[in-house]
Amino acid sequence: MHCTVGDFVLDVVQNSVEAGSDLIEVEIDEAPDGTRAFIADDGCGMSPEEIARALDPLRNSGAKHPGRKVGLGLPFIKQAVELADGSFRLKSEKGKGTEVRFFFPASNIDSPPVGDLVSLFVALLGMAGPCEMKIRRTSARDGRSYEVKKSELVGAVGDLASASSLSLVRQFLASQEEG
Amino acid sequence: MAKMTLDQLRALRAQKQGELEKRNVEGKDIQVIVGMGTCGIAAGAKQTFDAIVAALEKHNMAGRVVVRQTGCMGLCYVEPTVEVVMPDMPPVIYGKMTSDVAEELVVKHLVEHSLLDSHIFDRPAIDIVKH
Repeated sequence: MHCTVGDFVLDVVQNSVEAGSDLIEVEIDEAPDGTRAFIADDGCGMSPEEIARALDPLRNSGAKHPGRKVGLGLPFIKQAVELADGSFRLKSEKGKGTEVRFFFPASNIDSPPVGDLVSLFVALLGMAGPCEMKIRRTSARDGRSYEVKKSELVGAVGDLASASSLSLVRQFLASQEEG
Repeated sequence: MAKMTLDQLRALRAQKQGELEKRNVEGKDIQVIVGMGTCGIAAGAKQTFDAIVAALEKHNMAGRVVVRQTGCMGLCYVEPTVEVVMPDMPPVIYGKMTSDVAEELVVKHLVEHSLLDSHIFDRPAIDIVKH
């Protein structure tokens, strides 16, 4: 099971990348009542049958990994949310894209911590493919708020697969997080 | 620290590039691929990814390396997994590559060109490869 809200987000975005998305939007909001995460993509999407299977940990379609039917990504989120008395919504349309949102209440002891968001965003931005990514981060707790776009960062430092670019982006994000 | 602007980021990059040119580093000929499937993430692959990027920077290798992420490589029992592909070395998939051994990986494999024998898990499992 994942340790932080960031790990759940990373898992969903990895799905979005594998779904062949052109645009992935990620929002993380730390509100006084809890943490909200929202991920939307315009990838291949799922039919109602595929959605049902994606939420079943042991009856995956096997499309991603021929020979294996285990798929724990979304079931993990559902389980964690149920444990913490939060909420989870998955909306998907075949050929259009997928939206995932979940919420962990601050009042529940089983809600996971948000985690290191700078590391999370570096990992998200460094994911393969030319797709655009928009990340929005807000925290009502301390008034923190910023937005980054992958294309703007690529314009500033070059290809984000390069380790030196990733280091620069990390510095940039750390300054957004502290500023 | 004030929020950095995109212009400041550009300037920082130009300065870094100057340093790279001084060191006369060749093109990016090394690939490090971190498994970022559910299994990898649960085992701490994000921290490993972070630690690898930091270690590459520390050992002046960052200019030569492309760090990628991929989904599950089928070796879920030895996550986090990291594949390294570079000239003069066989392509290797390392397992149990938690963040505390990431620097050792960079130093041994990438800098010294030797293998971390205790972490080698070879190629992806056969049942996960598309036939």
